[in-house]
This record gives sequence, structure tokens and C-alpha cells, in this order.
Amino acid sequence: MGKVILEVKNLKTKYVTRFGENVYAVDGVSFKIEEGKSLGIAGESGCGKSTLALSLMGYYFPPLHYMSGDIIIDGKNISGMNPDEVRKTILGTEIAYIPQAAMNALNPTQKIIRFIEDVVHAHDPKADKKVIREIAEKRFAELGLPAKVLDQHAVELSGGMKQRTVIAVSTILNPKVLIADEPSSALDVTSQKMVIKMMRELMDKGYIKAMVFITHELPLLYNVTDDIMVMYAGQIVERGTAKEMVFDPTHPYSHGLMGSILVPEEGTRGHKLTAIPGTPPNLKHPPDGCRFADRCKYAAPECRYYTIPEKEFGDNRMYRCLKSLDELKEVYDHE
Amino acid sequence: MKHTLRNIFHSSKFVVGFAIFMFLLVMIIVYPLINPGSPLEQIGVGTFARPGTYVSLYDAVKTTPETLRIQDADEKRMANALTTEDKVAMLEWFSAVGVDVSGLEMDDSEGFLELWFANYDESAKPKGFTMAKRNYYKRLNRTVLDLQTGEALVVADPDNETGELVKIGEIKKTDYVNVGQVTNVKTLPLGTDNFGRDVLKELVGATKTSLGVGLVAGIVATALGLTMGLLSGYIGGIVDDLIMFVTNLFTVIPGFILLILISYSISPDLRGPTTVAAVIGFTSWPWTARSVRSQVISLRNRDHVNLSKLSGHSLLRIVVTDILPYIASYVVMAFILQVSSGILSEAQLSLLGLGPKTTVTPTLGLMMNWAMSYSAHINGTWWAYLPVILTITLISFSLNLMNTGLDQVFNPTLRD
Amino acid sequence: MSEDRIVPSKDFTNAPLCLSGRHVTKVFGFGDKKTIAVNDVSFDFHEGEFVSIVGESGSGKTTLSKILLGLLNHTEGEILFQGQPRDISTGKKRNAYWKGIQAIFQDPFSSYNSFHKIDSVLLDCINMRGGKNLPMEKKVEMMTEACSFVNLKFAELTNKYPFELSGGQMQRLMIARIFLLKPKILLADEPTSMVDACSRATILDMLLQLRDEIGMTIIFITHDIGLAYYISDTVYIMEHGKFVEYGKADEVILNPKAAYTKRLISDVPKIHEEWDLSTVELATE
Repeated sequence: MGKVILEVKNLKTKYVTRFGENVYAVDGVSFKIEEGKSLGIAGESGCGKSTLALSLMGYYFPPLHYMSGDIIIDGKNISGMNPDEVRKTILGTEIAYIPQAAMNALNPTQKIIRFIEDVVHAHDPKADKKVIREIAEKRFAELGLPAKVLDQHAVELSGGMKQRTVIAVSTILNPKVLIADEPSSALDVTSQKMVIKMMRELMDKGYIKAMVFITHELPLLYNVTDDIMVMYAGQIVERGTAKEMVFDPTHPYSHGLMGSILVPEEGTRGHKLTAIPGTPPNLKHPPDGCRFADRCKYAAPECRYYTIPEKEFGDNRMYRCLKSLDELKEVYDHE
Repeated sequence: MKHTLRNIFHSSKFVVGFAIFMFLLVMIIVYPLINPGSPLEQIGVGTFARPGTYVSLYDAVKTTPETLRIQDADEKRMANALTTEDKVAMLEWFSAVGVDVSGLEMDDSEGFLELWFANYDESAKPKGFTMAKRNYYKRLNRTVLDLQTGEALVVADPDNETGELVKIGEIKKTDYVNVGQVTNVKTLPLGTDNFGRDVLKELVGATKTSLGVGLVAGIVATALGLTMGLLSGYIGGIVDDLIMFVTNLFTVIPGFILLILISYSISPDLRGPTTVAAVIGFTSWPWTARSVRSQVISLRNRDHVNLSKLSGHSLLRIVVTDILPYIASYVVMAFILQVSSGILSEAQLSLLGLGPKTTVTPTLGLMMNWAMSYSAHINGTWWAYLPVILTITLISFSLNLMNTGLDQVFNPTLRD
Repeated sequence: MSEDRIVPSKDFTNAPLCLSGRHVTKVFGFGDKKTIAVNDVSFDFHEGEFVSIVGESGSGKTTLSKILLGLLNHTEGEILFQGQPRDISTGKKRNAYWKGIQAIFQDPFSSYNSFHKIDSVLLDCINMRGGKNLPMEKKVEMMTEACSFVNLKFAELTNKYPFELSGGQMQRLMIARIFLLKPKILLADEPTSMVDACSRATILDMLLQLRDEIGMTIIFITHDIGLAYYISDTVYIMEHGKFVEYGKADEVILNPKAAYTKRLISDVPKIHEEWDLSTVELATE
């Protein structure tokens, strides 16, 4: 077992709406990522995966509020630190965050090199601009980005190039953990592939030690990350390696998700497409018992009464369902 | 709809603005009922009577008095009669005749009188006092003596036949009349203006006219702007080019200059409040048109409009049901701003003497114009212009506050 | 309704023509700013065929879909509707054409007039089909049927506004609308790209049902080649305003000929085959 880079223990965060209601978007999430590993988080919209990504940064500002739990990066607990301190000492050096619309966050009036200077100066105000440029040029060359991009403005770059530039800029200080929330969903497939390749290179060259990758596109997740967690209604419902999750899901929700994968390869056309009816529950008032029970084909009455524990099994796998593995296997085989 | 209304009335900004505006509206409706008559009625002969309550002296004399012995009545009377100037003059006399005035306070009127009676001598000729100055002191002495000794004023009436004055009564210092019993009492809370007109009454009338001017200007500008914006945005092509050309012209020529030129070219006889309002409306529609146009262009490409087309709906129906409701909140806000700027434009025009020419109704701008022409701001008669400024400010403030409140409700991103 | 469906492969070469295009071209702007969005494309869509037009952003697929719908005029070429040249020069003729072709758009949130209740959306469809004078009970019956077709309960939707539904439900209501209108052709412009994978399966299933039960021709515009492969009989691959390859789904996807199709397929992550990252050259773009 490698060194643990990111450990999250029972993290709970909430949103407070304009009317003062609490939305428990992340409700008791725990996981570990070892050095050199990447973790994927899957789930449909509204299940809390983007909130989890935001919460992992430790940088809370309204309407997002920290409730309890720990976020430990390389032995250092960052939960409960004040936002200013997090911004100065954590963001960029310990954690970097890439949201989906990151490429639109670049100020169009500034050259790319200015963003890199800003990032470096935020942590070392005395850094020499010449040195920064040297570092930037070296990093861009290693990541296959043309050096001329440094002196261009964001508007001159294509969408894929902008997204790659943002990733290169935000990892210039070698953060230990990279959190990417749908970094390639708005891009064409070819640009998406370039973004993924670059992220893979950052990992391989050791500039980042661990990665959390969030997307609703399962084939992409399967190809990018080592492990996959499936999130539903603010909780993790299943965890396993990418291969196990795609080909042998246990939780009925992950089973449904994996059954909806469509890829352009033989076998897709003959394959049965599963549909999960209904919508995720309202997280203002999370349901008692199993949160998926309302949409689950296999739900029994008792599913709604017991708080479902996380059940560990196999080689570091986990699922959250009242039924045993054998029961689940039987119902799936029966279809 | 109900939900939106509730949201609007949850916005504190809107509620405050709305309350101020409602207060003004209630004032212009209720006040004329309490105090009927033309707002431009000249009740004063002199100009700029101070704010206050006026009691008819004639009626007061005729009213049956009560005798009240009030202790400090004399003191007050003296204090009021003995002006600071008089006291300074007395001090000069005292120093000329060598009286010790140490310990004498300026507001101690009684002390002044005591010293005066002890030391004044009509025949004395202090050094450096001219004849005229000595006569001044004689007059001062008589006034002071009256205060000290005069018991009563005599009321006399000329005899119808001989023309001789016949004493018919006297007014003692201890005579008081009840204000409520005096037949004619007039309160002028804001005094009178240069033509002797009740400023408050005039102000209420002016507020009504100005709001009317703003409303008409707002309706004209919004109706024109909305129509032009919808046509230009939805139809596009040559219609768009044409309308945009016109609005560009308006943006290049400063609006206010245009307004002045148009107002100037209309003969004063035709320049009633409605005409001026229409002129203001006609010069301020372009910015409404521009913003409506940009909203319509983004709506035009929305899928629900495409689906409406595919459903075979007519152009008019698409514009009315699929576009208008989406920009309605925006148009309401634009309308409020147009009303506010219409009122200000009228005030500016009138201040320059290019506003409505009227002898029937005042406007806020006209009141400012009159106050300025009669130098109210120089001679310190603040009541002729300050309340007007305050009213204009209140109207603008309340309308803008309502607008900001609406903006926050309709554009949730601006909240907090 | 079956929740799990296996899409059959059918042959449409001899089926009657429904919508065809001959050298359709659309040019935006002129002079230096001229861009050719759709460049000389020809196609034959048959009755009952499920056609996918696959392309990346900027390939001209949305422009083509607007042209097919008659919302945009093409610059050159000819479009044939049921074998006859399409004439949409007057409002009346346009309305007649729109009785034969309808659409579902990408974004369910912008597809509804948020001031109209769901009832009025559906009633409008009944009126458009000439049912204006039907008794109210009959109309309610029709709306209930349409809603149950898409797995929604009309009784629960009545008097509600579209924005009270989830994205997936709204998109299904759009299909209910199509069910009432029963056009010859349904143009679906990325109807699943903004809904979740789970709702996606339901929507696809309903589209197939429309085709199978009503015999509708479905033109499916998408950027997702895996999805196009799963659902369609015929696939058209579009690049820079041109069809670079078309044919039966199996043939095009499993045995692509055009370089662009090959690249497109190799760039999509898959689950059985290795996703070869080494084929991308980072520096170029």
C-alpha cells in the first residue's frame, strides 16, 4: 500500500439557501487516495459530486458551509482552516481545482504568462519574473503546449487549448492533489483526449501526486481513473476499481448507471440499455433509510427504515445496500 | 404571478420606495380635499411670507379677551422688542457716559432696561455723539419707556360725522384672546412665494402635474421604445438597420440639447404640460428601444420561439405570448426609470424657462424657475425652493429604489 | 413499455422517400466574412428510418437541422418532402409543411414558454391537429394518453408549469407533444445531451417507440457517436459542412472508411478496447 496523499473522513457540508434552508449536499463522505492514484466520482446531476469537489478544497464561502469531518492532505488536516489561510497556503500548492468552465475564467485582457506570475506571486511575492518565465516555458514544453501561448491572450486560443492552458497554469506550483470537475465535458472528443493526455502526463511526471476526477461520462472515467466511486444523494453508494465498477457493479444504482453506457464498439447495438426512472431526492430533507429506495427496482419495505451502512468487501471495495452481494447477484442474473 | 408579487414585496428596497411614492400619491389626492381651491391663488400681497400661522389682527381685536396674568410675559415682550441692535446701541451709550457694564449678559433684557433708566439723560451730550445719533437714542428711550410704563393700547374708531377719533376700547397687556375664537386664522406651513401664493398648496399641485408629466413621458417613451425594440429585434434585416440608424442618431446628439431645441421651437402658447411630456417622451425612447432589442434578439433564438413557429403561430401571437412576457419585467423597470427621468427633464427644462407655459397649474420645475427669478436663493427665503428640491429628490429616490428592488427580484444574480 | 430494448437492424433502401436534399448549401455573410456552414450536401431519408447526423461543434449539423425544419433558408440546392420539391414560400405553405415535420431541441429548459401551463402546451397540439372543437373530455383523454405514452401522469401535471418538472421529465413532455402532433418526420436536435444517462435511456426508448408504433421518420442530430451507433439505422458523419461518410450504422461504425470517422471513433473513450492516448499529438490543434 502506497503513501496516502488525500484522506477524507466523514466529510459533511451543506448549502444554505436564500430562505435559510439547509441543503445537505455532502453527507458523510470518506475515502483515501494513495500516491500516484486517481479517483473518479460518478453520478447524475444533483447527486452532490460537484459540491464534494468544492468541499475538498477546504475553501468555503457562502452559500457553501463546512459542517464536520476531516480533509487530510499528505498528513496535514486542512478542514476548519479559515478561508484566507486556505487561499494563501493550500490552493495552488496543496490542491488545485479545475471547474468545468475553467477556460472561461481567463481574463481576456491579460496574457497567459500574467496568470502564471499571479499564481506564483500569491505564494512567493518576491519571485523574479525571468525565473517564472523559465519555469513556465519548461513546463509548457514538457506538457506539449507551444511556448508562444505564454504571450497570447485567452481569446486567441481554441477551447481545448484554453482548458489545457488553465490546467498547466494551475498546476505550475506542483499541487499534491488535482481536483477536476468535468474538465473536458464542453470539448470535442479530440480536444478531450488532449486534455486527458496532459493530465495523465502531469501524473506520470510526478507534478501532481493524486487526482480526483469528476464526470458523468462513464467510459471516460473508466479510461482515466484507477478507482471509481458512485455518488448518490450526497453519499457514496459504491467504491471499487474502474474495471470492477464498470463490469461488476453491485449497488442497484451503479448497476443502472453502468447499464446506460453507450460506446461506438461492437456489442453496443445488441446490448440492453437500462433506465432508472424518477429523480434524485431533495437534499433539503434527505429520506430516511436507503436514499435510492424510491427509484430502486429491487427495494423492499425494510430498505426505507434502516440506515444503510457502508459494507466493505473484496479488495478494498464498498457498497451501501441492505441486500447481500449474493442476493444482488441473483436479481441481476435473473433479468 | 402571485409568487412574483410576493417576492417583490419581500424586497425591502422596493417596499421603502413604494411607501415613499404612495405617501406622495396620497398627499396629492388628499391635500386638495382638505385645502380646496386653485394652487396658484394669490393670497398674499407681499412676497415671501414666512412659514407659520397667521392670525387676523382685526378679528383678534374684536374678539372678547380674557385676562391672564402670566409672569414672564413682560420679560418676553421686552426681550422680543429689545433687539440685539438696540442692546449694542445701549452699550455704546453706557461706555460713553462711563457706566460699569461688567456682569451684564446680552440676553438679560431686564438688566439692560434697569441700567438704561438709571443712566439715560436726554439732555446729556456725550462726546462724539452727533445730533442724529442723539435723536436715535431719544426714539429708543421712548420705545423702552412704552415697554416699561405703557399700560394699554387704545382702540379708536373715526366718528362717521366729524371724523374725530373716538375711543371704543383698549387692549391691556394682560389681555389674551383664544386663537380658536378668532374668526380668521391661516396657517401657511411653507409660507408664500414671490407672488404671495401658498407654497404648500402650490407644491402639492406641482407634484401632481409633474408626476403626470413623468407618467405621460414614460408611457410615450416606453410604448415607442418597446414597439421599435420588438420590431427591430424580432424582424431584423432592413427594419432593424433602419431603427438602429435612428437610435444611433439619437445617441450621437445629446438628448437634452435635442429636448431644448424642440421645446424652443414650439410656441409658448402650445407648450402645455402634456405637450412638454410628449416631447420628453419622444426624445427618450431610443435607449428603451436599444435594450428591448438586445433582449428580443437573445429570446428570438430560444427554442420555445422556434417551437412556436413550428406550431404555426402568427408573428403577432409569437411576439405577444412568447416574447413580451419574458421582457415584461424589464419593460416595467425601464418604464419606472423613464418616469423618473421624465420628471427630472421637465424640471430641467422649466428651470431654463422652456417648460410648460401655464397659469393654471404649477410644475416642480416652474416653481424652481420662479424662485430663481425672484432671487429666493439669495435673499434667504428657503421655503420657496428647498421643499421643491426635496420633493423632486423624493420622487426620484422612491422610483429608483423601487427599480433596484425589482431588479434584484427579477435578476437573482444581483441579490445581496 | 419495455424498459430494455434491443435495436433491430433494418434495411431501408427500398422504403419510400420522406425527406431528401440535393446539393443543399448554406452560406452566412458575404465577402471576407463569408462562411459556408453547409456545403453541398445531398441525402435521402426514408419513411420510418432512424437517421443520425453525427458531427462535432461547428460541423454545421445545427444549421442543417434548421434548414430541414424550414426555420432557415438555404442558399442553394433543393429539398424534397415526400418526393415533391418543398415549398415554404408563404405562411400557409409553411404551416402545412410544419404539420409534417416537428422538432425536439437540446435544452428542455428553453423549449417551453415558462408563462404557459403544461395543459396549454398540450392543448395547443390538439388544436393544431384540427381538434379545436372537440369536447373537453375528449381532449383530456387525448392528453392523458399522450402523457402515459411518455410515462407521465396527466392528472399530476395539470395546472403545473413546465419549470416545476426535472429536465428529463420536460424532455419527455416534449415527446408527448410529438405524440399528439404525429408528424411524418421528427427532428431531434441533441435531445439527450442535457439530461442524465439514466433519463437518456428512457428518452431513446420513447423515440424508438414513436418510430415503431407511428412509423415516424426520426432525424437524430448528435455529437455522441456511441449513441448514434446504438440507436440509428443510418448514420451520416458530418465535418466542415459536408457529409464525409454515410451508411448503415454497423458498417460506418465498425468499419469506417473516411479518415475523419476513424479519428472520431478512435478519440472516443471505450470500455472494451484500449483508449489509445498515444495517437494524440499534443502540440497541434
